Amino acid sequence: MIQKELMTVVAQSEIAKNIFEMTLKGTLVDQMDEPGKFVHLKAGEEVTPLLRRPISIARIEPEKQEFTMIYRAEGAGTNVLARKRPGDKVNVLGPLGHGFPVGEAQTGQTALLIGGGIGVPPLYELSRRLNAKGVKTIHVLGFQNQAAAFYTEQFALLGETYVATVDGSLGEQGFVTDVVNNHGLKADIFYSCGPTVMLKAVEQLHAAPHGFISLEERMGCGIGACFACVCHPSADETGTSYLKICSDGPVFKAGEVAL
Amino acid sequence: MSRMNIDLPGLSLKNPVMPASGCFGFGREFSQLFDLSELGAIMIKATTEEPRYGNATPRVAETPAGMLNAIGLQNPGLEKVIGNELEWLKQFDVPIIANVAGSQTEDYVQVAKEISKVENVHALELNISCPNVKTGGIAFGTIPETAKELTKKVKEVSEVPVYVKLSPNVSDIVGMAKAVEDGGADGITMINTLLGMRIDLKTGRPVLANRTGGLSGPAVKPVAVRMVYEVSQKTNLPIIGMGGISTVEDIIEFYLAGADAVAIGTANFVNPFICTELIAGLDQYLEKHNVDHISELKGLSWK
Repeated sequence: MIQKELMTVVAQSEIAKNIFEMTLKGTLVDQMDEPGKFVHLKAGEEVTPLLRRPISIARIEPEKQEFTMIYRAEGAGTNVLARKRPGDKVNVLGPLGHGFPVGEAQTGQTALLIGGGIGVPPLYELSRRLNAKGVKTIHVLGFQNQAAAFYTEQFALLGETYVATVDGSLGEQGFVTDVVNNHGLKADIFYSCGPTVMLKAVEQLHAAPHGFISLEERMGCGIGACFACVCHPSADETGTSYLKICSDGPVFKAGEVAL
Repeated sequence: MSRMNIDLPGLSLKNPVMPASGCFGFGREFSQLFDLSELGAIMIKATTEEPRYGNATPRVAETPAGMLNAIGLQNPGLEKVIGNELEWLKQFDVPIIANVAGSQTEDYVQVAKEISKVENVHALELNISCPNVKTGGIAFGTIPETAKELTKKVKEVSEVPVYVKLSPNVSDIVGMAKAVEDGGADGITMINTLLGMRIDLKTGRPVLANRTGGLSGPAVKPVAVRMVYEVSQKTNLPIIGMGGISTVEDIIEFYLAGADAVAIGTANFVNPFICTELIAGLDQYLEKHNVDHISELKGLSWK
């Protein structure tokens, strides 16, 4: 059930360069049943910036009615958000979209979680849920450089964790796909979130027989009404078929979307 | 809410607030949030004869107090709109205004003829003002004589009243309104988006894949109010006003300018509950200000 609520900021801190971790409290958390869904935020009540901002959910704590999100402050909307302090309110719409199906991984199996940059956060709640279910998780996290890296220790507590940076300032130098290849990582299922170019490379790895990817796209309404964030399905004979990333996704079966 | 019911050609509205075409899809998404029967009407997404994928992404860009969009009339085509979307909408007690689009006259005529036969379609909205398609759309909406001829042809085949959606991208909006009135239009809806562009400083290229897009949101409201003010004084056609409405006060402003009903566009993207919030808020406003019926406010700015 989608709700709109003025939620209260519980905590906010900059955990890497321009990367903020914000925890919000409110009854909307009761609706957060699945990792990989997202919230759509209006940073302020002013008409500029006008539109909401889609942000992924990194951690859900139902007993406290709190959730944590991690976002990069890079535009007008997220910069307003970055100035919020504990006690401030944020207009939240959510939870939106379809998340990562935890049920697709069986107890005793191994899941490979591959994240890039600001695509890393939703994998955290996913990993917590998989581990709670008895699924072993292997994490491969890619960042631009050491200054932009975050949550590597938190992931390490949940399972084997590899880090790749483009410049080699942290972990291994290269891309997430290099790490998977170099270590010969294999799993029963993979889950991935990050830039489209990375997802495309991840789909071609064949590190697991099947998997799920979460796409990023500029969004309007976030609920499937405005047709701003459409993409083509892989099987599209007429050229007029489409999938809406916000409401059909953002998580899709690997191979379902033409990347 | 008897102070809010409005009767317009083909439309018996329980209140004058409806979502604008292209900002509400076919209602499915919003039906998860509230009962669509609460709405005055629904202007469904533009329908063309054949399915359309629309433009490449990015299709939206934010602007000060507004947004640009270049969706490109994406829709599943006439057959599916009638068979799936309108059929599904029949469960709600709400009149549908079907937005009709095409590339050439024959397309408009064909869509209008078929879609106007559908039981819950109470009126058509002729889309001669979409700025985001290469052929049709706005090409019909900037030359008065062309708009008049198209209106005439559609009127000949439509089984329900025809409203024509005007583009603000013209130098003489009154001339356009009078042309479609001459063509037999039953009403006017206005305004569509203003043609605009944003350029990305990093790439030096337009942000939208389509390069240009339609500007909407609070930024365009003064343009819309001015045009409703001018057109309402010069034609006898009822006007459904739209353009940047997001508050009850905005609705009142459109009424004072000369509107008979209003449509809510971009605000649905910011707050998907906006239409129901405005319907409740409008009733309270009228009560507080001792207005017996909303239609009393029509055109008071120039009367």
